[in-house]
Amino acid sequence: MAGFQVLNRTTGDRFTCQDGQSVLKAMEQLGLKCVPVGCRGGGCGYCKIRVLEGEFECGKMSKVHVPPEAVEKGEVLACRIYPLTDLTIECVPLPEAALAKQTTTKSLR
Amino acid sequence: MKKGVMRPGHVQIRVLDMDEAVKHYTDLLGMIETDRDDQGRVYLKAWTEVDKFSLVLREADEPGCDFMAFKVVNEEALSQLERDLVEYGVEVEQVPAEELKDCGRRVRFSVPSGHAFELFADKKYTGKWGLSSVNPEAWPRGLQGMKAVRFDHCLFYGPELAAVYDIFVNVLGFHLAEQVLDPEGTRIAQFLTVSMKEHDIAFIHHEEKGKFHHASFFLETWEDVLRAADLISMTDTSIDIGPTRHGLTHGKTIYFFDPSGNRNEVFCGGDYFYPDHKPVTWQAEQLGKAIFYHDRVLNERFLTVLT
Repeated sequence: MAGFQVLNRTTGDRFTCQDGQSVLKAMEQLGLKCVPVGCRGGGCGYCKIRVLEGEFECGKMSKVHVPPEAVEKGEVLACRIYPLTDLTIECVPLPEAALAKQTTTKSLR
Repeated sequence: MKKGVMRPGHVQIRVLDMDEAVKHYTDLLGMIETDRDDQGRVYLKAWTEVDKFSLVLREADEPGCDFMAFKVVNEEALSQLERDLVEYGVEVEQVPAEELKDCGRRVRFSVPSGHAFELFADKKYTGKWGLSSVNPEAWPRGLQGMKAVRFDHCLFYGPELAAVYDIFVNVLGFHLAEQVLDPEGTRIAQFLTVSMKEHDIAFIHHEEKGKFHHASFFLETWEDVLRAADLISMTDTSIDIGPTRHGLTHGKTIYFFDPSGNRNEVFCGGDYFYPDHKPVTWQAEQLGKAIFYHDRVLNERFLTVLT
């Protein structure tokens, strides 16, 4: 079977990612919603995941959301990683986005 | 324009990859590259703009907005506004002429929402792109993509909107055109203008300081907005929402992202403003309709995805 298999351990979703395709794009094309979709450009940090197993290449990502030490721990943005092998990923809590959501809800009632 | 602040002059946006960003803003939005400097910054303008640039791109490892600048009518007004800011207790920084090529001195200051702004009086006048100033044709040939007409406004997210309002309205002479009030009467969104436009700048309340929501570019017609949507699909550009209409300002709009995740808007229409207009108020309970007039529900991404 062409492409690489991606397993989201948090949600149990599995999907195929084609060679050269980002994990987020592969997920979106299949209509799955197991990773939050933001700017799709490595800028907003919304689609942060942790890669537990597998190899991948990275595109450019905002250092605010993905400092070099995070990349070493496999904490990357799904819109900017391109699998080289099958991957197992998990969702990571987004302190910033969660805060923003809470704040918005509060200020708007 | 009662204190001499005339219009948005330029915005400097940080991008992760300059080549991709220039391609986006030229091929897709239809802006024209006018210069580059020794810091690697790229200068662009939209075709109807008379000054040399309105958009400056700077490559950085974090996207977002460095600053937005307003052009004032003359040096005298600039000096007076500078004194007024200092007197009000705002710290100002002098940016010398030519720090941006072909731009005069700029007065830079920050507001409590965490955003940096500039005022300037002089920039090289290059005239509308591709048109003569005598017996001009309707439009120039050779425009690309969406054929953006002008850089129009920015929307910023941050705290302390009341303090920001005081600086823009009381010191810089902006008017409040539209607002969103929560049930206690606290303003959680403010749309400010120095012109006949419904907004030259807008702020929405957000706990984190200094966030950039979008830079907006004007198009003439709804057909142009639809065509922009077609181009977003043709180029597989990251879309946010639209085409749709806002309740706030009633503009017809589409939102999408540049390759570094900075949000862009192109829009047409919308209400107009005269200084005798009272502010239009949207209630926070109606925020869904205020932002997306047709869907009438809030879109989580629109409220939380920022650079």
